[in-house]
Amino acid sequence: MAHTAPGANAPAKPKAERIRRHQWLAVLGTAARTPRGATGLGLALVVVLIAALGPLAAPHSPDALVTLTFGKPSGQFPLGGDELGRDVLSRVLNGGWLLLLMALAATAIGIGAGTAAGVSAAYLRGRTDGVIMRTVDVVLAFPQLVFALLLLSIIGPKLWLIVLAVGITHAPAVARVIRSATLDISERDYVKVAELQGMRPAKVMAKEIMPSLSTPLMVEAGLRLTYSIIIIAGLAFLGFGQAPPAPSWGTMINENRVGLPLNPWAVIVPAALIALLTIGTNTFTDAIGRVAIGVDRKPEEAALVDDLGLAGGRAS
Amino acid sequence: MAEAQALPQREPTGTGPAAARQASTREGHPLLYLVGRRAAIGVFTLLVVSMVVFAATEVLPGNAANAILGRNAAGNPVALHRLEAQLHLNRGLLDQYWTWLSGLFTGNLGHSLVNGEAVWGYVSPRLINSGVLMLAAGVIGTLVGVSLGAAAALRKDGWFDHVTSVTALAVTSLPEFIVAIGLIIVFSTVLLHWLPAVSLLPPGTYAWDAPQLLILPVATLVIVIVPYIMRMMRAAMIEALESDYVEMARLKGVPVWRIVGMHALPNAIAPTIQVVGLNFLYLAGGVVVVEYVFNFPGVGQGLVYAVSNRDIPVIQFVVIVLAAFYVFMNILTDVVALLATPRRRLPR
Amino acid sequence: MNRDRAAAIVTSGAAAGATGDVRLDVRGLRIRAGETGPDVVSDVCFAVRAGEVFGLVGESGSGKTTVALALLGHTRRGLSVSSGEVLLDGVDLLRLPADDLRAVRGARASYVPQDPSAALNPALRVGTQLRETLRVHAGAVDDPDRRISEVMREAYLDATPAMLRRYPHQLSGGQQQRVALAMAFVCRPSLIVLDEPTTGLDVSTQRHVLETVRSLCRAYGVAAVYVSHDLAVVSELAAQVGVMYAGRIVEIGAAAAVFPAPLHPYTRGLLAAVPAAERAEQLSGIDGQQPPPGHRGAGCSFAPRCGLVLGKCRTQVPEPVFVTGRAVRCLRVTESQAARPGRPPLPAPAAAPAGPLALSLRAVSAGYGPVPVLAGIELTVPPQSCVAVVGESGSGKTTLARCITGLQHKGTGEMTFQGAPLAWGARRRPQQVLRRIQYVFQNPYTSLNPRKTIGQIVSQPLEHFLDLSRDERYARVVRVLNDVSLGSGFLSRYPDQLSGGERQRVAIARALAVEPDLLVCDEVTSALDVSVQAIIVELLRAIQRDRSLAMIFITHNLPLVRSIAQTAVVLQDGRVVEAGPVEQILERPASPYTARLIADVPRLATAH
Repeated sequence: MAHTAPGANAPAKPKAERIRRHQWLAVLGTAARTPRGATGLGLALVVVLIAALGPLAAPHSPDALVTLTFGKPSGQFPLGGDELGRDVLSRVLNGGWLLLLMALAATAIGIGAGTAAGVSAAYLRGRTDGVIMRTVDVVLAFPQLVFALLLLSIIGPKLWLIVLAVGITHAPAVARVIRSATLDISERDYVKVAELQGMRPAKVMAKEIMPSLSTPLMVEAGLRLTYSIIIIAGLAFLGFGQAPPAPSWGTMINENRVGLPLNPWAVIVPAALIALLTIGTNTFTDAIGRVAIGVDRKPEEAALVDDLGLAGGRAS
Repeated sequence: MAEAQALPQREPTGTGPAAARQASTREGHPLLYLVGRRAAIGVFTLLVVSMVVFAATEVLPGNAANAILGRNAAGNPVALHRLEAQLHLNRGLLDQYWTWLSGLFTGNLGHSLVNGEAVWGYVSPRLINSGVLMLAAGVIGTLVGVSLGAAAALRKDGWFDHVTSVTALAVTSLPEFIVAIGLIIVFSTVLLHWLPAVSLLPPGTYAWDAPQLLILPVATLVIVIVPYIMRMMRAAMIEALESDYVEMARLKGVPVWRIVGMHALPNAIAPTIQVVGLNFLYLAGGVVVVEYVFNFPGVGQGLVYAVSNRDIPVIQFVVIVLAAFYVFMNILTDVVALLATPRRRLPR
Repeated sequence: MNRDRAAAIVTSGAAAGATGDVRLDVRGLRIRAGETGPDVVSDVCFAVRAGEVFGLVGESGSGKTTVALALLGHTRRGLSVSSGEVLLDGVDLLRLPADDLRAVRGARASYVPQDPSAALNPALRVGTQLRETLRVHAGAVDDPDRRISEVMREAYLDATPAMLRRYPHQLSGGQQQRVALAMAFVCRPSLIVLDEPTTGLDVSTQRHVLETVRSLCRAYGVAAVYVSHDLAVVSELAAQVGVMYAGRIVEIGAAAAVFPAPLHPYTRGLLAAVPAAERAEQLSGIDGQQPPPGHRGAGCSFAPRCGLVLGKCRTQVPEPVFVTGRAVRCLRVTESQAARPGRPPLPAPAAAPAGPLALSLRAVSAGYGPVPVLAGIELTVPPQSCVAVVGESGSGKTTLARCITGLQHKGTGEMTFQGAPLAWGARRRPQQVLRRIQYVFQNPYTSLNPRKTIGQIVSQPLEHFLDLSRDERYARVVRVLNDVSLGSGFLSRYPDQLSGGERQRVAIARALAVEPDLLVCDEVTSALDVSVQAIIVELLRAIQRDRSLAMIFITHNLPLVRSIAQTAVVLQDGRVVEAGPVEQILERPASPYTARLIADVPRLATAH
């Protein structure tokens, strides 16, 4: 490398580092206080509450045939009736918790497997890296949805299979992101300090590298959660979810499509709930990402930082 | 990625023989090397995929015939044997795999278990229809995304930038079927009644014969991919506009339009190409849901039906085609991105 | 007013040899952050004549790049010019409408950037970018192609179509900078602003570039402003010099007068920090830090660090005082006009104690994969002595450091530490050996874990190597921080709250905490300002002496070697070209490579 000039013309300090000293909770807290973060978190929490507490508040049983097919909303049935004359409100209140649970489980599987693969590939390098990344390439040759469909076609629409299939297809994408973040961190001098002490790779990974991974990990987890919800709801929509007559937002949207001219609420409400949930999680994840990277700083701040002679800017 | 291999003189016109000789003392060709290597990996990937697909569909507890016939298998051994013969299940495993694999190349793909049609005849018009859908959505989406992204970057922090960023964030969060349903609600059944809610093509016709049936499905896919392309373009443009070389151009007195067009854009294109390629891949999956919603006779709908009915030959073929498309698009994206980045194309 | 007087005095009392009229006249330039933010640059005035080079000197954070850009009417995002004039041939660039300003830039006033690899567009060919300057200023030249060939030859580039077809990444650093120079001179401007253009270039290329600048300026009567932190370079190149501190010019005058006999306390401090290859002297730095905008106080910004400070220095900004053809912003300047005080010579090194060599390398070769980097290295480090390893970039010095410390796992040759064989790779070495060899990295910004406190960072090797109680560890950490002049208040701070010099001191403390026998310092001051560098070097020298350490000091800065090491080893392309006592290497080099290096190093002007 060419000689660097003194002072701020030194090798640029990565901007993200300034934030990373906070524990990951602090990052979450900061993100939650930004306008985007607050909105996202709020939306997501509202829907989560509806999904989690809904079954307790439903006025009728979700399976009972209590009203007209696609009946209009009325006092007793605020959202009207669905294709078989069941109360849409009750079905909506009961239709979310399983989706959430499955999405969380799939995300956990994906993040867990992906992180293990990514960190190992990055730190161990050599053949391990090659093998892992080739596998990643192969698995990524399938669209996630198609892979899930493939498995379902063979084994049948089992819920655990859906969770597993979605989780496995997350793993390669997570592995790629985590691998590149780990590679980035492994190159830093402070990790080499640990190597110089003769530390074994596993210990170096645990003590020096993993703590710095918390931010990209959080962002990936948020993204994967959003995609899990999208895919699992999509599979339900296609008919590969819980077997009828179980209420599930995705299934409801499909079932009640034909009745759109008569009672659109049977489709609109579950669709809106899914939409708000995914928008919420994605927006909050975006807020976390911004906090970590310090994107879109105000220009005056940027200039001041540069002229302070702190590395990372072009100072005088 | 591209290994550090030098490039021989590619365009000898206008250069003296001395210069050409000087440049061609190196050998190798990063472009060919990249394509060759990726193609080899791609073939390997496809082989593995084919094995996985085959294993998944054929090698299972209680063979496929059993699964298809369901409860009837026990009471009807004749039908079971006949189905097994039809599916070649009475031969050895490797034998079956080889038959199937060679069948892929010779065009003998078996017959649909649902309607008895030759798989190729059943799937190929669907492939074409889906192709039209994806191409239309991809091209329109890319154009719209790139324009919006560049415009947002030039008006950074303005109201346009803000509005498009927030909208893009919201739209990327939505599942495609929700977007599709939303469009149907607005344009088709509830609010307005301009467009048909389903795209039922008469059998034997192709997508381009009835363009109004394409509008909503294409619109859905466009809406789904535009935000990704827009965000990448915006980010890449902003990075280019804030770079040292753009500042240098300003200090040379270069006018704004030239800075944007000749300095910033070429540098913003390369990362955006990657995202465009990724979105085409994404379309391959998104097409499944969208075709299902609109009843569009494409390969996605075909796959959903095949899965519901466990139409194994169709499933196998469609999955292989999709995987091949993935591999091809990956290579194409890398090649185009390489061509757009002189630094990788021409090592020192 | 005062400003006009200052400019008049500077220009009338200008150094001998100034030719031509005043081309550039900067009056009262004031730049602030945002519309209402603190000043970044205040009340800057200077003038430059045709054919003359004006050196603008300062450390990072002084505002010199901000001034340089303002000379073309440009400010970075978030900054704005609040008052002042930049007159180029009588026209105020700051008040020109946008189109006129654009016509001036590149044609009448041009800029040579610090980092040409970033300033040249990677997606455009070199020829396109050169031609663009001419195209944009249509009518500047009748025959563009001929002008381009001409200017390329003047910048010592091959004026061939093949060169023009190349992309920037296909050129070396030196070639890139010459392209930037060619771009700047292609329209034969009246003013050229060069912003540290030789950063990152090796010494010989730097010498070449400087000579090109000098000859072009003289040939075309161009006024040049050369911004730099490197006082030696400015001393050789510039006729007039202005020293910037915290956004103000604190001293301005003829280079031949200022450098031998500086008057402002800051200038004196700076010059006392610059290493000299001719004498083994103690360097002295300036404690403290340059205050950032908004923290500069009501009076003289240098007051907190000044040895001559009075009460009233803190309450009023000193106006320029005019003394023998110079202007100095110091209330006490009239009191002493002595020449630059000499620096105390280094004490003679203690005789090396008897005993095995601290380190010995024989026939060591190493590389990355098939690429060989080091070949046949011989190196000996006597116990308790300091050996300097000198080399340019690409010489293999960092690989050598990696071999010694154990980051390099594969190689051939024999390495011996304290008489016993030293294994390749840290994992094959026993813990005792690892503890006794410690390494300080070049980049203070990446060698400290940003998520840990200073206390945790310094304590970690103690936890790993030694079995101490918590209290004992704490006591050691505090003690070693004190040894590097950092108080215990630093224990709970995080790295990004510290300056570059402070961080490097933490890195040194971390290395010293486990009481090593050999300290390997890899370009530890290359990323620091010269005044901070002096402090770190003196600190290392004191530590080496007090703790009887053996030390390997790796650097590209040849003069610096004289102030810290007893013996030196010169590396070129992975081979040792010369080794011996420092005075011998610097005064009677045996190898032509070393001789050329020494000749090409810029020298600070001394008193006549």
